[in-house]
Amino acid sequence: MSYFGNIAKGIKTLLTGMSITGKYFLNSRKGAITQQYPDNRETLKMFDRFRGEVVMPHDENNEHTCTGCQKCEIACPNGSIEIIWDRQVDPETGKKKKMIDQHIYHLGMCTMCGLCIEACPTDAILWAQNFENSVYDRSYLTKVLNKPGSKVKAGIED
Amino acid sequence: MNISLSITKNIHEWLFSIMPEGVASITEMVLIAVVYLAVFAVAGLYLVLLERKVAAWFQLRIGPNRVGWWGLLQTMADALKLVSKELTGTEKADKFLYNLAPYFVIVSALMALAVFPFTQEFQAFDINIGVLFLMAISSIGVIGILVGGWSSNNKFALIGAMRSGVQTISYELSVGLSLLTMVLITGSLQLSEIVEVQKNGWLIVQGHIPAVIAFMIYMIAGTAETNRAPFDLIEAESELGAGFHTEYSGMKFAYFFLAEFINMFIIAAIATTVFFGGWLEPSWLTSLGIAEAFPAIGVVWFVGKTLVIVFLMMWFRWTFPRLRIDQILTLEWKYLLPLNLLNLVLMALIVWLNLTIQL
Repeated sequence: MSYFGNIAKGIKTLLTGMSITGKYFLNSRKGAITQQYPDNRETLKMFDRFRGEVVMPHDENNEHTCTGCQKCEIACPNGSIEIIWDRQVDPETGKKKKMIDQHIYHLGMCTMCGLCIEACPTDAILWAQNFENSVYDRSYLTKVLNKPGSKVKAGIED
Repeated sequence: MNISLSITKNIHEWLFSIMPEGVASITEMVLIAVVYLAVFAVAGLYLVLLERKVAAWFQLRIGPNRVGWWGLLQTMADALKLVSKELTGTEKADKFLYNLAPYFVIVSALMALAVFPFTQEFQAFDINIGVLFLMAISSIGVIGILVGGWSSNNKFALIGAMRSGVQTISYELSVGLSLLTMVLITGSLQLSEIVEVQKNGWLIVQGHIPAVIAFMIYMIAGTAETNRAPFDLIEAESELGAGFHTEYSGMKFAYFFLAEFINMFIIAAIATTVFFGGWLEPSWLTSLGIAEAFPAIGVVWFVGKTLVIVFLMMWFRWTFPRLRIDQILTLEWKYLLPLNLLNLVLMALIVWLNLTIQL
């Protein structure tokens, strides 16, 4: 009797579905996933994997780990990263050495693909979790990631 | 006209004292119609809000909570926005039918409300073929949908309207037959009489097994009649834009929207009246004598039961996926209709052998 079997199976599966949504309905007060954004600005934490913008972390001595290898610039599919560099004489060793002048990042062109961060051999650039990136003029979206006066951390290039 | 709560009686007597009889009765009808119109337009708006809130809770969201306390004025604001919007239309639309269609839908929805007994002797139009009248009126609504889809001169609207025609013609049969099953117990089509019969226990209790089957069939077919999910392929957003009302805007769109929610209320109200005792309180409460003290409390019971069934329909909507057109027709013609006919015979046997449960 597959005809009545079908009916019984249909009713059973419909009730299963309704019980699942019913449980969600009863628990909705506790587990609402809505963020009431402008009201909870102070407490809102973005999740770890969120890709807000590319930043270059500096330590307390104003040192970063970017060696100017330009792998990120090559990895970027749409040219969002430009590195201005030159060869200078390292005051400690007296040798000529490639040093970055400016690590320029165009947030307005970035598609948040993350290839530059994967390509970086020294983990000099990372994702930031900030998301309030709107500005009144697009020229503000071009950022220099290394802070003025910063230099490479010693021992990174060895 | 059969209203005898004291406030309406006073108005009735006052109207007949200052006017000749014919004018007074017409004035009274217009007054009652306006009151119903106002009350149910607002009630429809709050049903929309309820739907949005319930949907949000099913999906672990919060729902509208900005306009007014707890979002209570949200749909009012939406309605005001829709009133102030421009009425656009297609160039080659059949203008007369295009403008007529929303009124067909909303008027038929409001006409059906007239026959419901909200409490003892609180009924605008106590007609002796109440159930038949409801069935007839609910089929007029689909003409509005067909006309609207046809006259829009838009392929999506036309496909939506044709699907609506197919679906409503099919499911009308199941709604009718499941109500007919219950009429076998009551022996009357008059809604006030049907409620009167249920003083010996609600019909779903009196008719036990076939009544429960009839209620399940009625709920499935009733959901299909209101064109709501899982039977919403008439306005299937992902396939047809907005289905039959793709080309409507502003207040004409709002009429369709409101009519959908009033229709949902009507389907739930029929279920309340026919299966769950209408305005009667549960039998274990009758000994308290609340109903004798305040006859108006029946309205609370009626609306409360109706809202529970409305919630059930919303639960369906946010649980089940949409059916394909062939699945819809299979469900109706291969499953619901034969079961319904069997159920009708079963109920006839039960009534004939006096196996109903009388409390």
